[in-house]
Amino acid sequence: MAGDERRPPELRPLLLLRPSPLALSCLSTRFHLLKPWDSPLPLPAFLSAHAAAVEALLITGLIPVTADTLDSLPSVRCIVTTSAGVNHIDLSECARRGVVVANTGTVFSEDGADYAVGLLIDVLRRVSAADQYVRRGLWPITGDYPLGSKLGGKRVGIIGLGNIGSRVAKRLEAFGCTISYNSRTKKPSVPYKYYPNVCDLAADSDALVVSCSLTSKTHHIINKDVLSALGKQGIIINVGRGELIDEEELIKCLMNGDIKGAGLDVFKNEPSVPEEFLSMNNVVLSPHSAVCTNEVSQDLIHLVIANFEAFFSGRPLITPVSA
Amino acid sequence: MEALGVLLTFPMNPYLEEELDRRCKLFRLWETPPESRRDFLRAHAGSIRAVVGNAQVGADAETIDSLPKLEIVSCFSVGLDKVDLDKCRQRGIRVTNTPDVLTEDVADLAIGLAIAVMRRIPEADRYVRSGSWKSKGDYKLTTRFSGKTVGIIGLGRIGKAVAKRAEAFGCPIVYYSRSEKPDTNYTYCSNVLDLAANCQVLVVACPLTPETRHIVNREVMDALGPKGVLVNIGRGPHVDEPELYKALIEGRLGGAGIDVFEQEPHVPEELFGLENVVLLPHVGSGTIETRTAMADLVLGNLEAHFTNKPLLTPVI
Repeated sequence: MAGDERRPPELRPLLLLRPSPLALSCLSTRFHLLKPWDSPLPLPAFLSAHAAAVEALLITGLIPVTADTLDSLPSVRCIVTTSAGVNHIDLSECARRGVVVANTGTVFSEDGADYAVGLLIDVLRRVSAADQYVRRGLWPITGDYPLGSKLGGKRVGIIGLGNIGSRVAKRLEAFGCTISYNSRTKKPSVPYKYYPNVCDLAADSDALVVSCSLTSKTHHIINKDVLSALGKQGIIINVGRGELIDEEELIKCLMNGDIKGAGLDVFKNEPSVPEEFLSMNNVVLSPHSAVCTNEVSQDLIHLVIANFEAFFSGRPLITPVSA
Repeated sequence: MEALGVLLTFPMNPYLEEELDRRCKLFRLWETPPESRRDFLRAHAGSIRAVVGNAQVGADAETIDSLPKLEIVSCFSVGLDKVDLDKCRQRGIRVTNTPDVLTEDVADLAIGLAIAVMRRIPEADRYVRSGSWKSKGDYKLTTRFSGKTVGIIGLGRIGKAVAKRAEAFGCPIVYYSRSEKPDTNYTYCSNVLDLAANCQVLVVACPLTPETRHIVNREVMDALGPKGVLVNIGRGPHVDEPELYKALIEGRLGGAGIDVFEQEPHVPEELFGLENVVLLPHVGSGTIETRTAMADLVLGNLEAHFTNKPLLTPVI
């Protein structure tokens, strides 16, 4: 292996499957990084030649981990992913093989919640659209911008009261919003009203914030019926995954005025965004950047290091995920 | 109130205008070109007993002097900087404003502006709409809002509401006010320069008076610094606008979210090309709900005055 003879003996091997500038710059002094892309060998050959004994795998960029991936890495015992979502990892296969998995825990939660609130204020108060109006020099020409809608007193339905959803709730309470939620199960210790049915939640909400994981059960959790129940004055904010919403239905509803507006950080076919959105000024579009801050990068690297160090010391992972 | 002459200074709200038109004899100041205004006022001075003004056009000394029958100035705003209060006191003219009903919207917008600037929400929206996400890849990393120290100039109704919201994001709060407020736990700074040096987001939420004009000057912006963000939801003249532009372009100030300008509706064009600012056309109280509530308060104050009842929200 290139560079083998220079490896300090105490650095444990860590396999990456794609280049990640953050990982490469911050982890190379702590682990011996295996970088298949630097090798002339195709990936399967590289793995059998150099990674047969590797116990630790870092997944960045949502690269899938399937049964085949695990077959090609017979010694892997610990996978750390730099995402909160784990729908790209076959957790049951990992569990079956005794492979422990860690995600980002709550590292992204504050920034994700901030962004969801920022998007909601933007849509209601037309921040992005009005900023554009000013920059086009229109204020002196066509006068005051059309009025927005007050956030205070709005009923907000949160879909997925997890790490991000619960922080969104806490923030919006300070703005005088009433919070209700839908989640896989009712949370006994939260003061908000639980709705087992998403349509019922939508019918009683002025705005929905989608912040749940994408699973086979939550695919298109926001569908035509939910949008219809949300109604003409309703707003939807999505900081989860594109496929949580039936995008074609959403476009139709927006075009027909069947809902009032949307703030979307995620889409079905990123980075492609349906053209229809581009001409809508009641929609705020965002390039999957809800958790992308400088501060989070630092927090993330510390967490990745802490998880691998825990694993190598025989201690439990800091932010383990189970199937 | 049919014979009552009311001067409306600006097309501030269709509902307010309709109601005034229905109930009183309404004079619309903006329909007269500026050069004919003096004549316009002289012509109708005999019937005008009330002026309804806003943040753009109020009741200055000249206007008040030209209206000998003026009894009340009812402001469609909480700010009183466009009303010559001394003149009103001299003449015994009542003055009302619209406090409380707009507090939440303005505070919401202050936080919305801070997040919009720090997380580059409008910029990112433009990035997607221009096709850059596909052609150039992911948008750059931005700056976290949660946990940043928020400094507030003026801890009145709006300032306190901003603080309450910022606290929900884990933001420590520091403030400057003419005097320390005994009923809060927030850290007091005895001058604006110290405040700016000790926070990352500086929010202007005090009234505009001769003392607070340019309260955010070059020194304050330098103290706030290259990582600092200025949010102005007060009045344009609170901030030295040419210095603001220089500080932003030279990187001495990290960013700004500005809802108010020195010469509204004119915004310095140099700001249009900056990616570290968000520029809004004075929409702090700009929601249907709040503007209706403000209009009802203006109408309610006028009704009270002309039926000899106590004013709802008197200032003078």
